[in-house]
Amino acid sequence: MLEAAIPAHLRDPAGHWFGLAVRARTIAYSTARVQPSELSTYAALGEARWKGRLCMRSGKHAYNQSLVAMMIGDLGEQATERVVRSWIANLAAEPFSSDTLMLKAIAAGQCDVGITNSYYLGRLQHETPGFPVQIFWADQGGRGTHVNISGGGVTKYAKNRAEAIRFLEWLASPAIQQRFAAVNFEFPANAGVEPLPTVAAWGKFEPNLVNVGTIGRTQPAAVKLMDRAGWR
Amino acid sequence: MTSSQRLGPALAAIAVALPMIAVIIAVVQGASGADPELWSHLREHVLGRVALNTVILVLGVVAIAMALGTSLAWLTAACDFPGRSFFSWALLLPMAMPAYVLAFVAVAALDYAGAVPMALRGWFGDGLWLPPIRSTAGVIGVLALAGYPYVYLMARGAFLTHGARALEAAQSLGLGPWQGLFRVAVPLARPWLAGGAALVAMETLADFGAVSIFNYDTFTTAIYQAWFALFSIETALGLALLLLLFVAAALAIERAARGRARYSAADSGARTALRVGLSGARGWAATGYASLVFALGFALPALALARWAWKVAPIDLDARYVDYALRTVGLAGMAAFACLTLALVLGYATRQSAGRITQAAARVATLGYAVPGAVLAVGVVTVLGATDQGFRALAGGEGLWLQGTVFALLLGYVARFLAVAHGPVQGGFARIRPSLEEAARGLGLGARELLARLHLPLLGAGIGTAVLLVFVDVMKEMPITLMTRPFGWDTLAVRVFEMTAEGDWERAALPSLAIVIAGLLPVALLTRRMERAARAA
Repeated sequence: MLEAAIPAHLRDPAGHWFGLAVRARTIAYSTARVQPSELSTYAALGEARWKGRLCMRSGKHAYNQSLVAMMIGDLGEQATERVVRSWIANLAAEPFSSDTLMLKAIAAGQCDVGITNSYYLGRLQHETPGFPVQIFWADQGGRGTHVNISGGGVTKYAKNRAEAIRFLEWLASPAIQQRFAAVNFEFPANAGVEPLPTVAAWGKFEPNLVNVGTIGRTQPAAVKLMDRAGWR
Repeated sequence: MTSSQRLGPALAAIAVALPMIAVIIAVVQGASGADPELWSHLREHVLGRVALNTVILVLGVVAIAMALGTSLAWLTAACDFPGRSFFSWALLLPMAMPAYVLAFVAVAALDYAGAVPMALRGWFGDGLWLPPIRSTAGVIGVLALAGYPYVYLMARGAFLTHGARALEAAQSLGLGPWQGLFRVAVPLARPWLAGGAALVAMETLADFGAVSIFNYDTFTTAIYQAWFALFSIETALGLALLLLLFVAAALAIERAARGRARYSAADSGARTALRVGLSGARGWAATGYASLVFALGFALPALALARWAWKVAPIDLDARYVDYALRTVGLAGMAAFACLTLALVLGYATRQSAGRITQAAARVATLGYAVPGAVLAVGVVTVLGATDQGFRALAGGEGLWLQGTVFALLLGYVARFLAVAHGPVQGGFARIRPSLEEAARGLGLGARELLARLHLPLLGAGIGTAVLLVFVDVMKEMPITLMTRPFGWDTLAVRVFEMTAEGDWERAALPSLAIVIAGLLPVALLTRRMERAARAA
């Protein structure tokens, strides 16, 4: 039943773990100073027109590391390192310790674009209606937007294996999926379930279908690449 | 001295150093398995920068904390200015404020999108340039504000109790009050100032929370990164070993610089010297300076926390907080008692025997204060894993005996905070004149009687300070608690971590404020001790 509810790229091929909610890591832009038509791909944020207008979270955070790991898989290491270096050259401020702080900097005018997890913007838009930052789905003409999951699995020595599996199935069931994702402004992993209105307002997007587990294995290579490129 | 008299203290000192020795063995053993390819990557792209960053941070923080702590202690101990008696205790309050809390308040309020720059740009126009808070200067400033109370506490104690006679002598020789400060009081207070500086340096070296919020890379962030992003615990332990060597070298330099000088109280019956009255503008300048430090280090951050906490309290404050607070206070109390007991054993052992083994054991035992909590945690877990295996071999079964118990947590706290209790206890021992002991021995008192009838009564103030300092430090501690706590033992600091990790600073304010409030009582007690010492002196 879990296999039916959760798409293949959001679960372990061997069935050890299952994603239960999805957060996209994509481009956020100032609605006051940027037209969505100026935006396209993650890589394009390294173009000269974004010089001094780009903000990023710390390269030490897993979210950015997994984005770079995904890009290594798609573009290869050399091309990815060029992209990362071009981002660093465009930064308007030292990298931020959290996406929330970075989104507030975009709203306040310190910079115009950045890369964020969707739910951080969901929270801010919910708290402050009219928050002047909006989501742009990156790489829609290409391989799709990078997604992360929150999920669950059963440990090897679990005493109540059957009940644990039933619990996961309950979490994947439509009614609970809706509430589970709503708590944190995420997308339900179960594709048949609608997200919150705030989240649905961002529109539909094509996710990058590389398996989340593959990204985890490339992460050390991504960390080293980011060290070389000087992403603090 | 017979060999058995020397053996006892050496064994006692080694026993006290055992937790730290075990951690060091675990670190060295793990480090030897570090991945050579990762290691060369770190050498090329990471090590140089984090080493330089760490040195700059420690030197900057120690310099500013020393300047603030010593000058404020001198002003409140030896001078008179409007508000002096208020500031003499209020300036200790920042001690209740964890560095990571001060850091997130500073960044939230003072970064480009924070309330203060937003308001300033509103008044003066969008073009207004403000110095960025997320900078080397910013992180140094925050850690110095969090650390100066340690120097202040030690310096003020020294100025109040042993300075009076010496200063009078200085004055009678024609030195003015400021010359008296630099040529007599500061040199005399050196062991206590050095103790304060060492505490600040080690807090800074081990800090993880504040530097992460500023995204300032140091050894601790590199260790965390190697462990949780490169997935190599061995490489992380290799970095930890480098940090340990760094700390050992710094301590050796400090020790060499101090030389063989002996310090003890000039006259225990010293009277209070007359305070230098700072009149008119100079007095108000002193008031302004003390107010500024108090406002930045305590009043304004506490107000900001209170405002945020007030906003989220209706939805977030419930019965869980009673449990968080009780666990926090209970753990801090147990750790304070354990650290004090061991510090007394260690202090007494090193006084009884100046032998090399005893001294070396004392140095090892107090090294943990500079070791990142995360490293101590993994050391403790490794060591207890091995002992649990031993227990299982003896008793059979699958159970965990020590891992995941309160004992594991306390072991981590002792390894880390013994130095905090050791400082004041050792300082107290240092001020008991050797001639007193010789006289007591001459009267036929044995070692035990000497401890009970001479040392403990004379150590009173040092003991109180040791207990209170450890108590406050454990309440603020985050990484060891996070990684070795028994299941379900969430404390206030754990809650702060969970909320700051999500960037949810308003909800982090509530447990932060609770830590500050719970810390106020011990800090108030510390203040009262200081005032009593002043009246007695």
